[in-house]
Amino acid sequence: MKRILGLWINGRWREEAVAENALLLDYLRDGLGLTGTKQGCDGGECGACTVLVDSEPRLACSTLAHSLAGRRVETVEGLATDGNISPLQRAFHEKLGTQCGFCTPGMIMAAEGLLRKNPHPGRDEICGALAGNLCRCTGYVKIIESVEAAAGAST
Amino acid sequence: MNAPETQVKEIANASAPHGVGARRPLVDGVEKVTGTARYTADLPADNALVGLLLRSPYAHAELLEVDISEALALPGVRAVITGDECDMPYGVIPIAQNEFPLARDKVRYIGDPIAAVAAVDEATARLAISRIRLKVRELPAYFKAADARQADAVQLHEKKQGNIEREVHNEFGDVAAGFAAADLVREETYECAEVHHAMMEPNAALAAWDTERGHLTLWSVTQVPYYVHLTLARCMKMEAAHIRVIKPFSGGGFGHRTECLNFEVICGMLARAARGTVRLAQTREESFLAHRGRPESQMRIKLGLKRDGSITACQAEVVQRGGAYGGYGLVTILYAGALINGLYDIPAVKYDGYRVYTNTPACGAMRGHGTVTIRFAFESLLDSMAGELGLDQIAVRRRNLLKAPTETINGLRVTSYGLGECIDWVEDVSGWAARKGKLGGSGNVRKGLGMACSHFVSGSAKPVHWSGEPHAVIVLKLDFDAAVTILTGASDIGQGSSTVVTQIVAEVLGIDYHRIRVVANDSAVTPKDNGSYSSRVTYMVGNAALDAAENLKRLLVTAAARRLKVEESDVIWYGEAAAVASDPERHIPFAEIAEEALVGTGTLNVKGTFTCPPEFQGGKQRGGAVGSSMGFSYVAQAAEVSVDMDLGIVTVDKVWAAIDCGRAINPMAVEGQVQGAVWMGLGQTLCEETIYENGRHMVPNMLDYRVPTIVESPDIEVHIVESMDPNGPFGAKEASEGPLSGIMSAVAAAVEDATGLRVRALPISPPRVFAALQEARNEAAAAATNEEQA
Repeated sequence: MKRILGLWINGRWREEAVAENALLLDYLRDGLGLTGTKQGCDGGECGACTVLVDSEPRLACSTLAHSLAGRRVETVEGLATDGNISPLQRAFHEKLGTQCGFCTPGMIMAAEGLLRKNPHPGRDEICGALAGNLCRCTGYVKIIESVEAAAGAST
Repeated sequence: MNAPETQVKEIANASAPHGVGARRPLVDGVEKVTGTARYTADLPADNALVGLLLRSPYAHAELLEVDISEALALPGVRAVITGDECDMPYGVIPIAQNEFPLARDKVRYIGDPIAAVAAVDEATARLAISRIRLKVRELPAYFKAADARQADAVQLHEKKQGNIEREVHNEFGDVAAGFAAADLVREETYECAEVHHAMMEPNAALAAWDTERGHLTLWSVTQVPYYVHLTLARCMKMEAAHIRVIKPFSGGGFGHRTECLNFEVICGMLARAARGTVRLAQTREESFLAHRGRPESQMRIKLGLKRDGSITACQAEVVQRGGAYGGYGLVTILYAGALINGLYDIPAVKYDGYRVYTNTPACGAMRGHGTVTIRFAFESLLDSMAGELGLDQIAVRRRNLLKAPTETINGLRVTSYGLGECIDWVEDVSGWAARKGKLGGSGNVRKGLGMACSHFVSGSAKPVHWSGEPHAVIVLKLDFDAAVTILTGASDIGQGSSTVVTQIVAEVLGIDYHRIRVVANDSAVTPKDNGSYSSRVTYMVGNAALDAAENLKRLLVTAAARRLKVEESDVIWYGEAAAVASDPERHIPFAEIAEEALVGTGTLNVKGTFTCPPEFQGGKQRGGAVGSSMGFSYVAQAAEVSVDMDLGIVTVDKVWAAIDCGRAINPMAVEGQVQGAVWMGLGQTLCEETIYENGRHMVPNMLDYRVPTIVESPDIEVHIVESMDPNGPFGAKEASEGPLSGIMSAVAAAVEDATGLRVRALPISPPRVFAALQEARNEAAAAATNEEQA
């Protein structure tokens, strides 16, 4: 059964008929074509689908789209401003915080959530914030360096 | 106004940091950080049917009947296919093809695909799957190699007595004499649990069938589009010319995708049967069931050492639980024996290997293919014996270094070898001399330091499919727009292969990065490539890129000379411009050179190739090609650990890893590969383990199959040693597999340094360490009691 859902996606108001049981992940990917948000597991295991809801990291695979009526959802596609990639995106790119790139959108969104609350996190705080995001390529070393670089760049 | 020469020099300088040796970001990195990179599951296909598989709930059974009539009759079901539609077996090794895309006659593990459905939506597909009726006769099933090897065991495959897929027996040098000459001979057994790649992207394929033409296009996550292409043609009985295979962005591989996997063929077959487009997304659980990971292995290894630390002989027996099908199995069991050699100078090696079929998902090629578990055993025993002889563990490694160039007793040619420098760095930076055995600890935590060495091939010198073609081909296209397009079949799976070839082309041509683009992995466009496995891409495809760029540069220099009306010898090449040596004020920009180069010929497609000469393709013994390579990477690494003596928890606090990868084309990418490899090895060392109960996978998800999180992962400091391989592109070798296999024994040695206990089984998990600590305490207590009583 579909119902009208109204919410902010990457700064734009959206209002459309969405199935009541649709997961945010499927609404973003199949409904809106925002495939930057990835599905890496069968539900809540890997963090690849992390998005921001009112600036808080949230797993899109474990969230009903309708539960976010009126809320502000941000995906990796919404981070760039005026075509310029964000400090975190730049840092992940330039410091090789991304290899295969599949965990990257979720990793960047989780880090974005951290930096908004805590612009200058220590290493333990970075690790704590990203503990639910798995990466299989980097060993996390350059991910931590990327977040540190982005935090440093924003001073 | 600047003088022209200054201008062109500025141009040259501007492009210099983009070439070989530069810490370049990935050429496709922006797409990855912005979410615009499309992986297979991201490809738009609004009208695609939903594919779904029925998998065997039985570990071993004869299939008597697969009744699909009810499923087929459901509205919205467009196709149901079974093993009846696929009578051609496949397998990556031409002499060991015994797998069918959908099971015929028999199922051999829980999860073996039996039937596939294409329907208009997922709910319909699920319903259809539930309506398929099976009649089977269950057979005895074997989940351990030892059980499958019993003389009266039912054979999984015909004519495989004792379920042995492949036995390897060879001896090089005089092992008996070696042991006789040794001052210390020890024999130990080691065990390693099965581990899985767990690449972040679950498996997926998309297939479009063109009914009018009878053509198939398949998009997949593969590391080896060419092998997928061949397998589709074989299993679907189609002309290869009627198939197009495209690999979009790929979310990692680590060897999982180095052979065609069943879901890829099934997706193509479903599309043909449904006469449309089918998306076959695999769940994380299904990706675990496709397995192809590193086998559960038992190693019995014997070493002879002289008092000065030199190795006199090695004897090893390896048993691998291979799973239900052949896959790369025979290569894995050959690798384990072959690459005992090539790291140290060992005068005699005897090897006995057994690859066993069992009713578990088939194993395959996982990062460090075949070398990891035997290296754990070898390095662990060497380390223990050094201790027993009272020798420093680093000194013993140093005592056994090879002297390149050389050829090992089994015919591996080692032409560059920087292991000594790697060891020097690790010794120095870890504070080895002052800290080994002296870290102590506080409270219930004891600290320790350990080290180990490892190596890996830079591409298998003999390809799986010997077709007489070069090992690698690259095409560079130069057209009216003065852009250089690299056409490559090499699969970038995140390791940065597209970046490496771009840097090589940029280095040779000296042109700006923005002038170069890469088009990869579309069989209709790009030249054939064997794929991303055995760490072959930087070495082989890199060499082809070097050749192609030099060929293009020759044409461009000729064109520049023509346009400048001078002899070629009077042209100074700046990449973005060319000038006249005797009159530097006369210069022309690249666009003009390109324009001239196209006069009378039009679009330029310039090819480069690379072929490994036969003398590098291994010894004459059966299977001697496996392990052979033109260049080996070398790694030394040290690990510092803390062990909680109450809970048995091992924490790796720091790893120092030095790699000899020859010339580092991109040092930042090398660091990333080394860190990733060491870390993946740490997962196997500390916590990763597939678990089957009566053949059922008990941990097919990313929570229960424990990979280390960011919180549990140590800093990994990397040092690059550039031994400059004489045959690698600019001296480069591989960097992403060699670092994996040393970490297990480095950690095991560090745990011994901390606790006095040597763990000989992986993973070194809390229950295992706890049990070992408990046993040691009990023994100590018993000894104390005995002493009191005495």
